[in-house]
Amino acid sequence: MTQKEFLNIVMPFKDKVFRLAKRLLVSTEEAEDATQEVLLKLWNNKKKIAEYRNVEAFSMTMTKNYCFDKLKSKQAQNLKIVHSNYEEKNTPLQKQVELNDSVSWVAKIIEDLPEQQKMIIQLRDIEEYDFDEIAKMLEMNNTAVRVALSRARKTIREKLTNTHNYGIK
Amino acid sequence: MVLNNIEKLLEKYENGETSLKEEQVLKNYFTSDTVAPHLEMYKPMFAYFLGNQQEQFTKDVPLKTKTIFNYKWISVAAVAVLMLGFYFGTSFGNTDLGTYEDPQLAFNEFSKSMEMISTKFNKGASTVSYLNEVNKGTSTLGYLNEIENTTSIIFKN
Repeated sequence: MTQKEFLNIVMPFKDKVFRLAKRLLVSTEEAEDATQEVLLKLWNNKKKIAEYRNVEAFSMTMTKNYCFDKLKSKQAQNLKIVHSNYEEKNTPLQKQVELNDSVSWVAKIIEDLPEQQKMIIQLRDIEEYDFDEIAKMLEMNNTAVRVALSRARKTIREKLTNTHNYGIK
Repeated sequence: MVLNNIEKLLEKYENGETSLKEEQVLKNYFTSDTVAPHLEMYKPMFAYFLGNQQEQFTKDVPLKTKTIFNYKWISVAAVAVLMLGFYFGTSFGNTDLGTYEDPQLAFNEFSKSMEMISTKFNKGASTVSYLNEVNKGTSTLGYLNEIENTTSIIFKN
């Protein structure tokens, strides 16, 4: 397989891989590294690509596993201090300005969801995969995906309603 | 009517029962300007989902076409070198030094070469005999001790 053929296969979903990685790892740099890693792994196993029934779903599963490994590893624990554990009491000015932008509320709410729900929201509401594909990617069954999705959506709606009402009153 | 429909869809949406098409309807509705005030809070959510679809991976992926070195060819080369070595080794290297058939002749040759060795050896040994002269010289140096004795006597006084 030549580089061009490989890129033709990979191009359509590389952004999706990146966005899923970013959803899980939060930082853009980390997500870029993860995407690179996943694509390189695919490239190194390019002889087997023909055997995979669905390269895209396979890559998404690979991304998920890779990100989980990253999150579990010590390196990620160090990074966590930067990302979520560390919270300043007085929100800095930049954050305040950001929070005024209601769209970033949604980002913050999703960030607080459990990993699995985060992934499902990402795959369903942003990437628009159907349930069977999501189930395959996440190695779950169909109903579990629906339940988790429903929970995630309800949480987002509740929190958004709260912030919205708070903003008005 | 439309609003009613949307509300129904939203309920289904929250239960995770909407199809992708119905979700598309919701997304379209909430990105339009005519959102009912009591559903306003859904707006940022759908806006966020749509906005996030745009994010792209821009970093290059260094795809190296690894040329895997084939170790089979090393063994082929080694065998070729060995074969060449054997071939030229047997044709060029003349290991036959020659032998004498007649024992008398062989003895003569042997004694001749031994004689040559002995004369050369003696010549070498004779030049070494000059070393005796050195010994003689050192023995005369013994007189120096006398001088030392006398000087010691002088300095004692």
